Amino acid sequence: MASVDTGGGDSGHKKGPGVKKAKKLSTRVDMTPMVDLGFLLITFFIFTTTMSTPSTMDLYMPKDTKKDEEQNKAKESGALTILLAKDNTIYYYEGQLAPDASNFQSTNFKGIRDVIINKRKEVMANHVHDASCEKIWAENKGDKNSCLDRDFVVIIKPDDDATYKNTVDILDEMTINGVKRFAMVDLFPQEVELIKKTEAGQ
Amino acid sequence: MPSVKMPRKSTDTDMTPFVDVAFLILSFFMLATKFKPPEPVEITTPNSVATKILPENDAIMVTLDSSGRAFFSVMSEKDPMIKYNVVKGINDARNLGLSDIEMKNFVRTSSVGVPFSQLKGLLDVPAEDQGKVKQAGIPIQDSTNNELFYWIQSAVTAFQGHKLNYLIKGDQKAKYPQFKAILDAFKRNDIYKFQLVTAVEDVPAGTELYQERKAQGVLPKSK
Repeated sequence: MASVDTGGGDSGHKKGPGVKKAKKLSTRVDMTPMVDLGFLLITFFIFTTTMSTPSTMDLYMPKDTKKDEEQNKAKESGALTILLAKDNTIYYYEGQLAPDASNFQSTNFKGIRDVIINKRKEVMANHVHDASCEKIWAENKGDKNSCLDRDFVVIIKPDDDATYKNTVDILDEMTINGVKRFAMVDLFPQEVELIKKTEAGQ
Repeated sequence: MPSVKMPRKSTDTDMTPFVDVAFLILSFFMLATKFKPPEPVEITTPNSVATKILPENDAIMVTLDSSGRAFFSVMSEKDPMIKYNVVKGINDARNLGLSDIEMKNFVRTSSVGVPFSQLKGLLDVPAEDQGKVKQAGIPIQDSTNNELFYWIQSAVTAFQGHKLNYLIKGDQKAKYPQFKAILDAFKRNDIYKFQLVTAVEDVPAGTELYQERKAQGVLPKSK
C-alpha cells in the first residue's frame, strides 16, 4: 500500500495504550502581528517621504554697469514698469512716470496678467518694421512674429516690503505670458515716495 | 420543538488579501522614498511653472528662511573632497583655525548658517546634533562684511573644472531686501545666472506659455 498508515490498526508495531495519535496542526498562521508591523512601516514611510519634487527656475541678472553707453535703453512706448509693494499689492505704469503720477495705477496678482497681456498686444499692434528685425528673425528660425514684441520691456521693481514669493510670482508671470525682455531693478526715490503716499491715503 | 439553530460562523476573516495590499503599499513607499537631509530650517518654497529638475550634484545652495537668515550648503555627493576643499578654502582665507576633524565634520553637515566667528563652535557639534544649535544666519546685509561672498568665492575655487549651479531657495515670506543681498553676493563674484528653487505649479489655461507647451505636446491633458 502506498499510503502510510498511522491509523494504529493491526499492521505495524503496536502502540501502547498511552501513546496518542499526533494531532494534525492547522496550517493557518495568525497574521495579525505581521499586519501590525506592516502598517506601522507604511505609516512611517508615508510620513518621511517627500512627494513634491522641487523644480528650479532660471534667473539671469544683468551685470551692474555705471557706464551710460553700456546700459540697455528701453523704448518708452514699449515699457511697462511693475512695482511690488507690501501685502501683495502691485503698482504699475506704462512708459515714463508722469510728473503728476496720473498714469500710476494699482492692481493685484490676479489683475497684473491682463495688464501685461494688453500692453503686449498694444506694443505688437504698433510695431514698425525696421532693419533690426532681420536679425531677430534669423535667431528664431525665420519666425516673422518673433520681432513683433521686440520693443516690449517689463521693468520689475520690488520694494523693501515685497516678499520673495511676490518676486518669484512676477518672474513666473513673465514666463507665463512669454515676455522675452524683462529686468529687475531698484526703485527710484520718487517711486518710493509715491508708494508711501498711496499707502498712507488708503 | 426543535429550535432553528443558526450555524455559528467563525469570526475569523481571511486576512491574506489585506496583507498583500499592505505589503504592496509598503514596498512602494520604501522604493519611492528619498530621505531628505535634515535641514536646520523649514522652508516653504513658492510655486512656479518652471519644470527644470533640481540638480543634486555640482551645486551650491543659498537658503533664505522666513526671518531673513541665510544658510549656505554645498551639494557634491559624488565627490566629498570638493566640500572639504570649500571649507578648507574658507579656513585658509579667513584664518579660522579649524581642525581637520572640524573640517571633516563640515562634509557631513547639510548646511551652515553662522557667521565665521561661530563656525568653529558649530562644527564642534556632531553633524546629527546641529539641528538643535540655534544658527543666526550668515551675515549678508552689511556690504562691508558680506560673508556669503567669501563662501561663494571659496566654492567657486573648489569646484573648478565642474559646471557649477547656483541655487537660491527662499521661503515664501522672506523679504526682497535679503534676497537682493544674496544676489549682490553672487554678483560680486561675477555670477549672473541663478536657479531659484520652486515647487511645481500648473500653467494657467489660455496663456501664452500654455499654448506653447500644448504645441510642443508637453501638456499631457487639457483641463
